[in-house]
Amino acid sequence: MAGGIKKFVVGCFDDEKTLFPAVKNVRKAGYKIHDVYTPFPVHGLDHAMGIRETSLHTAGFIYAITGTTTALSFISWIFVKDWPLNIGGKPHFALPAWIPITFELTVLFSAVGMVLTFCYLCQLAPFVKKHHFHPRATDDLFVMAIECTDKTNDAEVQAFLQNAGAIEINVQNAETGWWIGRYDREQKLYKEEKGY
Amino acid sequence: MSLLKYESQLREPLVDGNKDYHQVTEDIIRPIEMKPSRLWYIGFAISIVLLCFGVYSVYREVTYGIGQWNLNKTIGWGWDITNFVWWIGIGHAGTLISAILLLFRQGWRTGVNRAAEAMTIFAVICAGQFPIWHMGRVWMAFFVMPYPNSRGPVWVNFNSPLLWDVFAISTYFTVSLLFWYSGLLPDLATVRDRAKTKFRKMFYGVASFGWSGSTKHWQRHESLALVLAGLSTPLVLSVHTIVSFDFATSIVPGWHTTIFPPYFVAGAIFSGFAMVQSLMIVVRKVLGLEDYITVGHIEAMNKVIVLTGSIVGCAYLTELFIAWYGQNPYEWFAFKENRANLFSPYGWSYWLMMFCNVVSPQLFWSRKLRRNITVTFFMSIIVNIGMWYERFVIIVTSVYRDYLPSSWSTYYSPSIWEIGFYLGTFGLFFFCFFLFAKYFPVIAVAEIKAILKTSGENYKVKMTDIEKADAEKFYIEEVEHGH
Repeated sequence: MAGGIKKFVVGCFDDEKTLFPAVKNVRKAGYKIHDVYTPFPVHGLDHAMGIRETSLHTAGFIYAITGTTTALSFISWIFVKDWPLNIGGKPHFALPAWIPITFELTVLFSAVGMVLTFCYLCQLAPFVKKHHFHPRATDDLFVMAIECTDKTNDAEVQAFLQNAGAIEINVQNAETGWWIGRYDREQKLYKEEKGY
Repeated sequence: MSLLKYESQLREPLVDGNKDYHQVTEDIIRPIEMKPSRLWYIGFAISIVLLCFGVYSVYREVTYGIGQWNLNKTIGWGWDITNFVWWIGIGHAGTLISAILLLFRQGWRTGVNRAAEAMTIFAVICAGQFPIWHMGRVWMAFFVMPYPNSRGPVWVNFNSPLLWDVFAISTYFTVSLLFWYSGLLPDLATVRDRAKTKFRKMFYGVASFGWSGSTKHWQRHESLALVLAGLSTPLVLSVHTIVSFDFATSIVPGWHTTIFPPYFVAGAIFSGFAMVQSLMIVVRKVLGLEDYITVGHIEAMNKVIVLTGSIVGCAYLTELFIAWYGQNPYEWFAFKENRANLFSPYGWSYWLMMFCNVVSPQLFWSRKLRRNITVTFFMSIIVNIGMWYERFVIIVTSVYRDYLPSSWSTYYSPSIWEIGFYLGTFGLFFFCFFLFAKYFPVIAVAEIKAILKTSGENYKVKMTDIEKADAEKFYIEEVEHGH
C-alpha cells in the first residue's frame, strides 16, 4: 500500500519543552507537519498538532453491542426454538442465567474488534514495513517530519527548525505508506523491487 | 493541567536515579541484548525438567484415565480444580495492575504492569490445563463449544456455570493477550530500532508490526488502552465471580453461599499480588532494575496485600458466622466438623489457611516490614501457600463427607501423577516467564518514559539528604510507634 514518495524536512527535538512551541510555530508559519514521532505518548501533542479526537472508542461500543446481540439472540434461539430443554420445569427463556455469557461475549467482541480496528487504522501487522525517519524516535527523540511541496523552500524550513530548537535536521525522500518487508533486509520499496 | 496538581515533596519519585529517556531505554532493553546469565540457564533448565514431568503425568492420565489420580466417587474434585482456581486467581493481579490501577491513575503501576500482565497470560494458560485434562476424554474437549453438530444438534447448556466458565476463561485469556500485546508494540519497536544482529532486526521487526510512534497512532493507542482497561476491569471481576459460581450455585454444604463472588475476587487479587511480589523481587535483582521497581512499588503492593488479605479474613469469619447463624445442620457440620475442628482429617489445612492468609499479612501494617524485601519475599510465598490451601479447603473439605455417612471418603491424598501435573504447570509457567524475561522488555519502556518527568519532581528538587533522613525518622518514630 505504497503512498508515494515525498520529500520531507526532518527535525529532531530532545525535549518536550522545545517541541510544543516548535509545533505551534511551524503550524503558524504555514508548513504542513506530516507527523511527529515520539517514543511515548506526549499528552496534548495531538491537540497542539490539530489532530481530531479518535473515534476508536465509538467503534468499541458498536462491537460491544454486536456481541451482546449475538449472544442473546443465539442463546434464545437455541434454548427457546431450536432445542428447548426442560431443566427442572424452569422457563426456556432463562435470561438471568444467560447474563454471564452475554457479558463475556460483549467484552470479547469489543476487545477483539477494537484491536483489529486499531491495527487497521494504524496499518500495523506482522511483516509490515514503514519508513522511519530516525531510529531514535522510539528511544529519546521527538521527530518532526514536515512535508515539502513544490513551493517549499527546504533551506528555509531547515533554518526555521534550527531556530525552533531542533538538535538534528535533515532532508529525506521517503515513502509515506507501508509495504511488506522485513527489517533485517535492505530497505527497498515494493514498487522499486517489483517494478510496479 | 500540571498547575492544578500539586505533588507533595514527600512523594518519592517512581523512578530512582535521575534518569533521562535514553538511560531508561538502555537499562530496560540491555538485558535483552546480552547473553543470558548462568542463573537464567539453570532456571530455564529446571522449568523444562518440571514441564517434562508434567507432560508425562498428563500422558499417564490420558492413557490410563482419571484413575491415575486419587480422586474417588466422593471426592470428584481434588488437586486439579484446586490448582485451576489457584492459577486463575494468580492471573488476576496482572489485570488489576494493568487495568484497574490505570483507571485509578496510579502511576506506580508502570513499573510492574508489563511483567504482571505476562504473568496473567501464563497463569491463565496453566489454569486452563486442569479443566481440559480433567475431562478425561480430552479429544472431545471441543464439545464445550456451541457449534452445529450431528447429534441433533444438541447444544451445550447455557444455564450451567461450568459453561459460563468456558466463556469467561477464554474471553479473559483473549482480552489479556490483546491488552498485553498492544501495549508491547511500542516497546518492541524500541528494541527493533536498536537491534544490531540480523535475528533481532527480523524478530522484533515482525513482532512490532511496523510501529512508528506517530502522534495519531499514540492517540489511538491511548484510547485503546483506556477502553481495554475499562473492559478488563468488570471482566476480571466477572471471571472469578463465575469461577466461584462453579461452587456457589451447587447445593453442597460449604459451597452454597452467596458470599463467594466477592470473597473469591478479593482472594484472587491477594494471591496474585503475592505472586507478582515473588517474581518481581527476583526479576529486579537479576536484571538490575532496582531503580524502576523501587521499594516504593513493593510497599504499594504490600498495602494491596494487607487490604485484600483482611477482606479475605472478614469473608472467612462471615462465612463461619453465617454457617452457624443460618441453622442449616449440614452447612454447620461442614464448617464445624470438616474444617474448624483441628482434629478432623483436614482440620490442619483450614488452620494453615487461616494462619497464612489472615494472620501473617497483618505484619504489613508496619511500614518497616512493608519496605523490607526479604520479609516481603518470604510473605509472598506464605500467602501463595495459604491461598492454595484456601481452594483446597473449599473443595476437599466440602465434598469428602457428604449427606450420607456411608459414602464418606477415606483420607484423600494426591497420587504422584496429580502432583506431577501441578509441578508441570509450574514448569510451563516458568518456561514461558523465562522466555519472556529474556526476549521481551519486562518493564513498559514507553509508559515509564511518560511518567519519568511527572513523578516526584518536587521530591527531587526540594528534598535534601538531611530532609530525606528526617522524613524517614519521622515515619519510624511518629507514625509507626504512635506519639
